[in-house]
Amino acid sequence: MSPRAASRLESLRFSRVFDYVAGEADWLAFALPTEGTKTDQPRAGPVTRVDVPTCRLTDWLSDVRDKVRAAGWESCIVVNERGVVLGRVRGDALEGHSARTAEEVMRAGPATVRPNEPLGSLVQRMRNRNVDSIVVTTPDGVLVGVLRRTDAERRLEQQETTI
Amino acid sequence: MPTPIHRDDVGQMLAEGAQLVDVLPADEYAAEHLAGAVSIPLKTLDATTTTGLDRDRPVIVYCWDYQ
Repeated sequence: MSPRAASRLESLRFSRVFDYVAGEADWLAFALPTEGTKTDQPRAGPVTRVDVPTCRLTDWLSDVRDKVRAAGWESCIVVNERGVVLGRVRGDALEGHSARTAEEVMRAGPATVRPNEPLGSLVQRMRNRNVDSIVVTTPDGVLVGVLRRTDAERRLEQQETTI
Repeated sequence: MPTPIHRDDVGQMLAEGAQLVDVLPADEYAAEHLAGAVSIPLKTLDATTTTGLDRDRPVIVYCWDYQ
């Protein structure tokens, strides 16, 4: 739609026309400023925990385990040098042999959502699939954090009590 | 030919005085739009509805995504 609008503006003799092709979806996903009547709906970003431990593919599982326990978490996100999410180590995988690497035990390509995801529908999907937490990334795959369903449910309850 | 730009360019150009135009339907604009954008839905985009735009300043248009 915006390429057509940009071309139409040029036909109306506007000479300096630029097209933000990724559009509003991209803007929202990076939690940039917006205005309007729906801007106060709860979204994933503000309740995402950004202190989730991270590790690299080649990290030893013993080190990953120590890091997760020290941080009080139950999982570790495997990222590359740019912070792009590659996998997640959790549950039984964390208790594997110490001489294995994160790459060997991680679950590759975990499901992710963007920070602008509306909480109401997200929580419903998580309940339906019995998911207790989900990884939050930017559209280009860079880790933002992990959203726990309990945090999201609490936020929605707060929203209901203030209405 | 219109120049495609990235998110980072938008912020920079707005700081330098560019104009931002949301071409989505008016109800979608009302619900939420980029801060500082004006609404000119694509279906209404013509010589009359663009009179409020300054031809001497860059104009950035956007919709929802790549569609």
